[in-house]
Amino acid sequence: MQFGIFTVSDITQDPTTGRTPSEAERIQATLTIAKHAEEVGLDVFALGEHHNPPFWSSSPTTTLAYIAGQTSTLQLSTATTLITTNDPVKLAEDYAMLQHVSGGRADLMLGRGNTGPVYPWFGKDIRQGLPIAIESYELLHRLWREDVVDWEGKFRTPLQGFTSTPRPLDGVPPFVWHGSIRTPEVAEQAAFYGDGFFANHIFWPASHTQRMIALYRQRFEHHGHGTAAQAIVGLGGQAFMRKNSQDAVDEFRPYFDNAPVYGHGPSMEEFTQQTPLTVGSPQQVIDRTLAYRDYVGDYQRQLWLMDHAGLPLKTVLEQLDLLGEEVVPVLRREFAKDRPADVPDAPTHASLVRAAYGDGTPRQATPNANRGDNLTLGSPYQDGAAPVAATSTGSAFGPAATRTAGAR
Amino acid sequence: MTTKRIAVVSAGLSTPSSSRQLADRLLADSAGLLQERGVEVEAKVFELRDLAHDITNHLLMGFAPPKLEEALDAVASADGLIVVTPIFTTSYAGLFKSFIDVVDPQALTDLPVLIGATGGTPRHSLAIDYAIRPLFTYLHAIPTTTGVFAATGDWGGGGDGVRSLPDRIFRGATEFADLVERTDRSELVSDPFALDRPMGHLLGGLAGE
Repeated sequence: MQFGIFTVSDITQDPTTGRTPSEAERIQATLTIAKHAEEVGLDVFALGEHHNPPFWSSSPTTTLAYIAGQTSTLQLSTATTLITTNDPVKLAEDYAMLQHVSGGRADLMLGRGNTGPVYPWFGKDIRQGLPIAIESYELLHRLWREDVVDWEGKFRTPLQGFTSTPRPLDGVPPFVWHGSIRTPEVAEQAAFYGDGFFANHIFWPASHTQRMIALYRQRFEHHGHGTAAQAIVGLGGQAFMRKNSQDAVDEFRPYFDNAPVYGHGPSMEEFTQQTPLTVGSPQQVIDRTLAYRDYVGDYQRQLWLMDHAGLPLKTVLEQLDLLGEEVVPVLRREFAKDRPADVPDAPTHASLVRAAYGDGTPRQATPNANRGDNLTLGSPYQDGAAPVAATSTGSAFGPAATRTAGAR
Repeated sequence: MTTKRIAVVSAGLSTPSSSRQLADRLLADSAGLLQERGVEVEAKVFELRDLAHDITNHLLMGFAPPKLEEALDAVASADGLIVVTPIFTTSYAGLFKSFIDVVDPQALTDLPVLIGATGGTPRHSLAIDYAIRPLFTYLHAIPTTTGVFAATGDWGGGGDGVRSLPDRIFRGATEFADLVERTDRSELVSDPFALDRPMGHLLGGLAGE
């Protein structure tokens, strides 16, 4: 099981001092946080994407590529990448590139975003959010699996003979998670492709998360990717810890009361009762997190939001120390107990390469010399075509699906 | 014997409130009429005053605390809805509108609604027709043609002596009971987490088929 942190990249005033960090300061702080996540033994760092102040993360692959250069084991992911307003062609290129420079330590989590004006800023209509997400991902999925793509859809200009470069590392596309709070169609999308499903979890009651995960697991099995218990599930979480739980409550309360999103709304006591937010001792965080398994089953990835609401860097690093030293080692041990042998770990590049090639040699895409264009005969690559690994065809549901599956 | 579910929402702010009193009377007449026709009534009554903090939290957070969720579920899965709000500065109470704002926009489709309102004088009675009724038609609910306005004077001798408040309540309840009796809405209510468009449909739909 993977443990890590995710950040939304908010630049928020520290309510206890009245001081707001600059963009430069907060960006450097986040790089320090990511490196420290690896130092304390966490597995994953995931970065959000926003296109308006007070957030700084508009260019996640640039940031993640730098972090990749500063770390050696940390898995780099997103939370989330906007599949609605980003061009799927550019996503295919950027994340394949990140995969190469990070040595296969990149995956990504797709979402539709929560800021309405981003749609018009990027020339899209928010009312089409879901159809765009469906169409764009179908194209992204093909661009990573087919060397030459002819494509026509409703939401971007058509492609004839397009090759997304670089080809995915070792011919294996980055693993994709789909994130959604309450849209059943996104759980279905994740299940259809055999991708992971990540439940934000932190702004919704457990009962909602439970329903979404149950639907995803059931559809994962329906589409023939394995049993429901083998579906790839990730959960969000949120914690603030001190050795003494009352110290945690006292210290975190002003940050909670003034946080963007939930500040000036429910009391911290109501919110901790109704959502996974845990403010207390490391043991309380351990107990709370272990209980997630009771309603989502054995899962693959647990991410916590640790650095928002104006918490100073020093405090965040202390929180990571507690996570890495006291919480995660116990969780690794406890989650491993009674975990059925056929429940997989979260896919990594190594596991995906092994699944695709066994002991064989992974594909190394090498272009034909002086090729010039893709429009004449054959493949632009010397080996002709990518040996497509684990292409999902789903099951038959009528003529439209059959035709689409046939084209894939 | 068939059973119909009626949700009652009162936005009165005081305790006791005349809005709640009107709501109770609208429910009593409606339930009585339905029972005469052999229809059992299962009623749930909610005073928004008790949910005021939860409603604000929902507006800020995007999810309903448990008590509010129970009210939202009861409204969404009802065969009929009785609403009563005080009229403040020419329109529904802000708390009432805040509640409507956290109801899923699809949740009231085809729902029979009996509208009641209270106010200091009968001069505000048209607020039912220019403010409250358009709210429910926008949400594709089915408000009865009669809405019942109770001015303070209606509770004593100062009301309409020809069409008294009990007469108006009975007329509204009769129209409402007719609609509730005919609907099978509570059996058809959709689950927000159910998948009604599987992936083949989603992809096929994009291909224009």
